[in-house]
Amino acid sequence: MAILSSSIARKVAMALSGLFLVFFLAQHFTINITSVIDPETFNSWSHFMGHNILVQFILQPVLIFGVVFHFIMGIVLEIRNNNARQISYKSFKGNRNSTWASRNMIISGAVILAFLGLHFYDFWFPEIVHKYIESNPLDATRYYPELLHKFESPVRTGLYCLAFVLLALHLWHGFSSSFQSMGWNNKYSKGLRAFTQFYAIFIPLGFIFIALYLHFNQIH
Amino acid sequence: MKLTLKIWRQKNSQTKGELKTYPIDGVEGDMSFLEMLDVLNEDLINKGEEPVVFDHDCREGICGSCSLQINGEPHGPDRLVTTCQLHMRMFNDGDTIVIEPFRAKAFPVIKDLVVDRSAFDRIQQAGGYISVNTSGNTIDANTIPVNKHDADESFEAATCIGCGACVAACKNASAMLFTSAKVSQFALLPQGRIEATERVLNMVAQMDKEGFGNCSNTGACEIECPKGISLENIARMNREYLSASLKG
Amino acid sequence: MSKLDSKIPKGPLADKWTKHKNDINLVNPANKRNIDVIMVGTGLAGGSAAATLAELGYNVKTFCYQDSPRRAHSIAAQGGINAAKNYQGDGDSNYRLFYDTIKGGDYRSREANVYRLAEVSANIIDQCVAQGVPFAREYGGYLDNRSFGGVLVSRTFYAKGQTGQQLLLGAYSAMNRQINRGKITPYNRHEMLDLVIVDGKARGIIARDLVTGEIERHSAHAVVIASGGYGNVFFLSTNAMGSNVTASWKIHKRGAYFANPCYTQIHPTCIPVSGDHQSKLTLMSESLRNDGRIWVPKKKEDAEAIRNGKKKPNDLSAEERDYYLERRYPSFGNLVPRDVASRAAKERCDAGFGVNKTGQAVYLDFASAIERYGKEQAAIHGNHNPSKEEVTKLGKQVIENKYGNLFQMYEKIVDENPYETPMMIYPAVHYTMGGIWVDYNLQSTIPGCYVTGEANFSDHGANRLGASALMQGLADGYFVLPYTIGDYLSKDIKTGKIPTDTKEFDEAENKVRELLEKLINNKGTHSVDHFHKKLGHIMWDKCGMARNAKDLESAMAEIRALREEFWRDVKVPGGMNEMNAELEKATRVADFLELGELFAKDALHRNESCGGHFREEYQTEEGEALRDDENFMYVAAWEYTGDPGNEVLHKEELEYENIEVKSRSYK
Repeated sequence: MAILSSSIARKVAMALSGLFLVFFLAQHFTINITSVIDPETFNSWSHFMGHNILVQFILQPVLIFGVVFHFIMGIVLEIRNNNARQISYKSFKGNRNSTWASRNMIISGAVILAFLGLHFYDFWFPEIVHKYIESNPLDATRYYPELLHKFESPVRTGLYCLAFVLLALHLWHGFSSSFQSMGWNNKYSKGLRAFTQFYAIFIPLGFIFIALYLHFNQIH
Repeated sequence: MKLTLKIWRQKNSQTKGELKTYPIDGVEGDMSFLEMLDVLNEDLINKGEEPVVFDHDCREGICGSCSLQINGEPHGPDRLVTTCQLHMRMFNDGDTIVIEPFRAKAFPVIKDLVVDRSAFDRIQQAGGYISVNTSGNTIDANTIPVNKHDADESFEAATCIGCGACVAACKNASAMLFTSAKVSQFALLPQGRIEATERVLNMVAQMDKEGFGNCSNTGACEIECPKGISLENIARMNREYLSASLKG
Repeated sequence: MSKLDSKIPKGPLADKWTKHKNDINLVNPANKRNIDVIMVGTGLAGGSAAATLAELGYNVKTFCYQDSPRRAHSIAAQGGINAAKNYQGDGDSNYRLFYDTIKGGDYRSREANVYRLAEVSANIIDQCVAQGVPFAREYGGYLDNRSFGGVLVSRTFYAKGQTGQQLLLGAYSAMNRQINRGKITPYNRHEMLDLVIVDGKARGIIARDLVTGEIERHSAHAVVIASGGYGNVFFLSTNAMGSNVTASWKIHKRGAYFANPCYTQIHPTCIPVSGDHQSKLTLMSESLRNDGRIWVPKKKEDAEAIRNGKKKPNDLSAEERDYYLERRYPSFGNLVPRDVASRAAKERCDAGFGVNKTGQAVYLDFASAIERYGKEQAAIHGNHNPSKEEVTKLGKQVIENKYGNLFQMYEKIVDENPYETPMMIYPAVHYTMGGIWVDYNLQSTIPGCYVTGEANFSDHGANRLGASALMQGLADGYFVLPYTIGDYLSKDIKTGKIPTDTKEFDEAENKVRELLEKLINNKGTHSVDHFHKKLGHIMWDKCGMARNAKDLESAMAEIRALREEFWRDVKVPGGMNEMNAELEKATRVADFLELGELFAKDALHRNESCGGHFREEYQTEEGEALRDDENFMYVAAWEYTGDPGNEVLHKEELEYENIEVKSRSYK
């Protein structure tokens, strides 16, 4: 961890892990959206992801490491940053000079973290138990029904939607911020910023759409 | 106009401070913010109370002495001005104005509104210079041509007045804008490239040592900077730092 | 009898400095380690000298009242720095810079010093560029120059409107390098309150830590004063709030002669005073006079109507306006030197033609320039019949490119848009040419006590040209003092550390304590500012832009009375052993109250008009300054004898061997 002893190194590490998660989000979304378009495709892609050795034993641990690293680092930085101003202002008008999203990454991050807990509880643990503990026989058609089943509850669907709103805020600042952290600020930055903001709205909105779609299509 | 001032009073670095309320009358729009405080102080002295201490010197926005967190913003609500250039016409009759010192662990309060900003000096001492003798026996100035764009950008970075508003505005009390402005000024000039690696490593190390927070790119510093120092400088320093770290 | 030996080296003017450098004694590098130097003030002169002395190997202690050396008031210089580089190929040379400076100073400066200044000026630019000072450049990557008032060549190097800031940060960076090496120990937020003399030599200072209030003793083998000018004796000036004469005045009281105190530069283009609460005046760069036309109404009724707000300046037609500089000085027009422009503005306002509430302002109008540039731009864009609106729009763009930041600053302060309505300006105290008398080596009349930059009586004679102050500060600090002080210090290689537990230090410290206790315990009824403002009014009304014997005599009496009142009735709240801004102000104002009287005395004795010193009794029929070279071509150096009103005059006659003494004309 000596390499992370400087403030800039920690920032860059935060940016890199964040960008990795942004990339993962796009991939996750691509698979999930097929559940709306064509459940068959969803089943087959899910099955591939669930049983490919490369995905399961290399990418999955890397992803878990990425997530854990990103949030531990986030908390470490938050503690350090709070420590840098021990007596706080009686009057502080952050909204005059910065966005809510940029100032409250720890809040949006914490909500996303809580959501991840729910998400793991909903999908990942049952999946691991199903595959590796109970050693059930392969079934390439179980994914879509399982997914549909999860979105029966309006409470859960609501929580999912709320989490994605916070994810949008987190991405709104975090995605473009990661480029600044890595020293990328030039004439293309304006265009890049537009793209990251589009992404920050589009992907979470897409996930919300999927959640609501599945919720309201339970009748079938 | 009539105003209510809530001013941070603190006897010295050892004691605890508090906000105290002072009504003030007869404030004119043409007064600068510090002239308004002069009036208050004159009044306090006449009443036998201790005047409010604040840092100030040139009163034309260039020395960087004046500070003050005014209604939750460094140098107050106006943009691209220091507190000494802030005029009372920015406020309305009956307003309450909260005046606090710049707050950061690295800027301890000395008295009332005066803080110790020597951390900035130590960051510069760590490498904010070009190691050239002052003998005058250097080469002729025009034998070092500098691309005009680079020279202008270097100048823009060098206009930082070291007031500390960036630290005060930042929710993390980060000194990245200040440090990056210094790093950028030299990084953009051919004369400065020679020591660029050591410079950025040493200055960032000192900055961290002083106890400033990390940058989280909120951009508050750039908005509140009285000289409009750009966030591009922070990106440049990040770049410089990364490549310097890789070089070892 | 007189101690005034200027020590100008023999030989031809151009060889004096080189020859002198070859002749003086040097200190071996190993011995420099054993020698300490105190530097009071860290602006351009002090900062550059501290860095250079530390680099040579001396142990340097720097003192400044600000929280960082980088905040010294040199930082506020806007326009530029002169250097005889002749990069423009327009015929510049060391001699021309020398000539312009002597002439600009109205033939009241020392030839040898000024020539040396011109000679080392080019080195300053080389040095600063090597240090990374981001001067303005042309597209080819080479350094750009601009022109300044009073000269025929383009020799001013600049960094937009922040040249002073950039040069100071350069000197400060050189200091930082030495602080990092441990060769400079900075004492920031410290104020020197007395000089300690041991066996006739300056050997240390007494300083107050402005944070804790502690009184400290610091010893050294030599003491350098670089604490700037004393413009704040006028209360309102373009100087920083903390700028003061204390260090200079303390050494004066210890035996250093004070030269030409009455030579003050009143800068013509400052933002006028807006009310009684004003604490400070803001300069607008001299460069504005390149495009602005200065005027007041022709008729008094119009001036009155404008003052009452019944008329606006734009209501007056060209015929109703008096462009008085163009009228009086057809060949130089709005670009006459600073002293001339300032006096002309005062003359009009005194005659009742002033244009703001207080009647103390004239207009600086850019309408003609906007129209001229607008037409030019329209033609360039191929529009040969532009509408009035088009012309105005294009013209404003040109003006914005040239002076945008100044216009913005004006608008912030005055709350009027100078693109639409003429700017109001009035002269303000800006720089003091007078100061501690020094010889060619920059040594005062106290051995071991050197004075550099604005604090010395300098190379500017009775009037300073624009962009010359930065040049002098850095020349003294980087290139002159480090040589000349070595000659003195070469005799100190065996002295060893100067002890601070001697009776001389005891005496000086006790004196400082007594002074501070007296102020704290006075418990009078009026604040320090009350007295400072009163002093300012006397100075401005009677020792300002125009002076006469009667006023100066009464000024001396009034200042003396005010000083007595101050000591009887001043109220300094708080204690000694803490941060106490009022106590700091009180010590400074106490010194201004003494200097003010000497100032008036000097102005009274100089029965002539020259440069910034204008005596109403000595003017030509057209109202121009009338010099008296026969009787007053000397430096007036005053010796303190216990009372500022009774100081003893010493004269250093000025000899001009390389330049013909003429009268200045700008008609």
